[in-house]
Amino acid sequence: MYPENYRYTKEHEWVRVEGNIATVGITHHAQEELGDIVYADLPKLGANVEQGKTMGSVESVKAVSDIFSPLSGEVMEVNELLATKPEKLNEDPHGEAWLVKIRVTAPSEIEALLSAADYQAYVGAE
Amino acid sequence: MIKKVRPHPTQNEPLLFEISSPGKMGYQLPDLDVPSLDPIAALGAENTRSEIEDFPEVSEVDAIRHFTRLSTWNYAIDLGLYPLGSCSMKYNPRVNEAVARTDGLAWIHPYQPDSRSQGAMEITATLEAALAEITGMDAVTLQPAAGAQGEFTGLLLVRAWLQSLGNARRRVLVPDSAHGTNPATVHMAGYEVAHIASNARGMVDTAALERMVDQDVAALMLTNPNTVGVFEEQIGDIARILHAKDALLYMDGANMNALVGIARPGDFGVDVMHLNLHKTFSTPHGGGGPGSGPVAVKKFLEPFLPLPRLKRTDDGWRWDYDRPQSIGRVRAFYGNFGVLVRALAYIMAHGGDGLKRATLDALLNANYLRKLLEGCYEIAYDAPSMHECVFTDRRQAARGAPTGAIAKRLIDYGFHPYTVSFPLIVHGALMIEPTETESKLELDLFAEAMIDIANEIENDPKLVLKAPHSTRIAKVDEVAAARRPILKWRPPT
Repeated sequence: MYPENYRYTKEHEWVRVEGNIATVGITHHAQEELGDIVYADLPKLGANVEQGKTMGSVESVKAVSDIFSPLSGEVMEVNELLATKPEKLNEDPHGEAWLVKIRVTAPSEIEALLSAADYQAYVGAE
Repeated sequence: MIKKVRPHPTQNEPLLFEISSPGKMGYQLPDLDVPSLDPIAALGAENTRSEIEDFPEVSEVDAIRHFTRLSTWNYAIDLGLYPLGSCSMKYNPRVNEAVARTDGLAWIHPYQPDSRSQGAMEITATLEAALAEITGMDAVTLQPAAGAQGEFTGLLLVRAWLQSLGNARRRVLVPDSAHGTNPATVHMAGYEVAHIASNARGMVDTAALERMVDQDVAALMLTNPNTVGVFEEQIGDIARILHAKDALLYMDGANMNALVGIARPGDFGVDVMHLNLHKTFSTPHGGGGPGSGPVAVKKFLEPFLPLPRLKRTDDGWRWDYDRPQSIGRVRAFYGNFGVLVRALAYIMAHGGDGLKRATLDALLNANYLRKLLEGCYEIAYDAPSMHECVFTDRRQAARGAPTGAIAKRLIDYGFHPYTVSFPLIVHGALMIEPTETESKLELDLFAEAMIDIANEIENDPKLVLKAPHSTRIAKVDEVAAARRPILKWRPPT
């Protein structure tokens, strides 16, 4: 369910790091809890985000939830697809529906994030 | 096929666009008494048009009938039970209206001189004193226009007091069960939000609180009873933990209707709080109310209250603007005065004993429903319920019918839905607050409907999932409406 090469937060974001670029999304568990997602409010291109701080929000028919940045860095790319197809967040949260790509400024921060196995255990217990 | 001039009021209503008929109009203009101009010659062809495309053309009586029929569709507390939790949709007694419509009160103007406004000022002062007595606080401002503005005012008072001691601090703690307005208020007042988790009983985890309160924490914003309808039993300890670090206890009074006449926030350590007159004190709620969110404080915060304050002099009441530490005005004039009159009418019509009985009836009604429904629906927290009870849809969702579907089916039984999916800490919440208004018969019928629906979910969940079946419009696709809203009428193609 949860890709081995991703790292995870307790706030249910995932991150995939390639070189100094980190792709960020919300987890399958997050989309399941939220229900039908209708809108994603994402940071602007060039915005600086900070690990553990709010960088945007996702809205479902039930609730609005903050997205916390898993790593610090600068937003290099924003997933335009979500503006017209927010349902992708329900359909493919670990793939097509990534949220943003960040240029990582503090690579060592990744040590604080959960592995796939840890995250699976965490949501299993929740 | 039946031909109709227009649908019966129980049936669906076309849009004005759909009943448009070219040439109809709802006005008549007199003949020009000046020479007429050719608009094209005067303004140029590019700036003029002979008609507005697709603009509905109807007569006055067409428009009146259309909107009057729509107005009969509103559900209201005057039509039946309105079991929305955390919002206390209670009946607005008509004596409130009679008093508020007294000529001298209805026609008073805020610019009348103090000497001609003594009655209104006396009403204001009496209400301030009554709310101070009910809450056990020392001083009250009636200025804030609604609960959220009351919260904002309250946090500005906290900030002003801390600033006067030399450091406004950085953070405000908010439980994860809080109303969404609390964290929003914290941001508005320039603080950071720190969320504090609830324990297994749905209450603030005091050990976590103890760890989180430090010299950077300005206050905790706590709703008590909280949004799961549970009284924070550790409230005394919570206040002590905060006060030991000079942090303040803010109480969101949204659920104060569970305490009036029984317990006073001022006695259990609250420093500043707001009330919602449109919840606890029976003034109109919804549809623009307007609301009213008085703020009550302990003595040490009084100098910071908004301008102006009422002052008793030898010549009667005066507005006192000489308050150097005040945070200033938060609203024009003196609050939503007409609402204040209604709240005072409610308080005086009941008296102390009557208010206490209303509270006890509200608690009794909620607990009665909890007992009737506990067999079918799983209660979210074991702790005793106060004025509302919160269930989780776990049992029903497992059969495919979550809280939203149950709520929709309730419409077929003639009831307004309860609060759906709030508070967020309860998985698939069904939150029910009957208030003191309802009779045993009404509650029994509501419980019967809920039990019937639970049985339907056991036998035929599809029936519930496709509800409502008896309304003008069948189940709407809320997801599609939110994802791809249609905000503009277009002619059918």
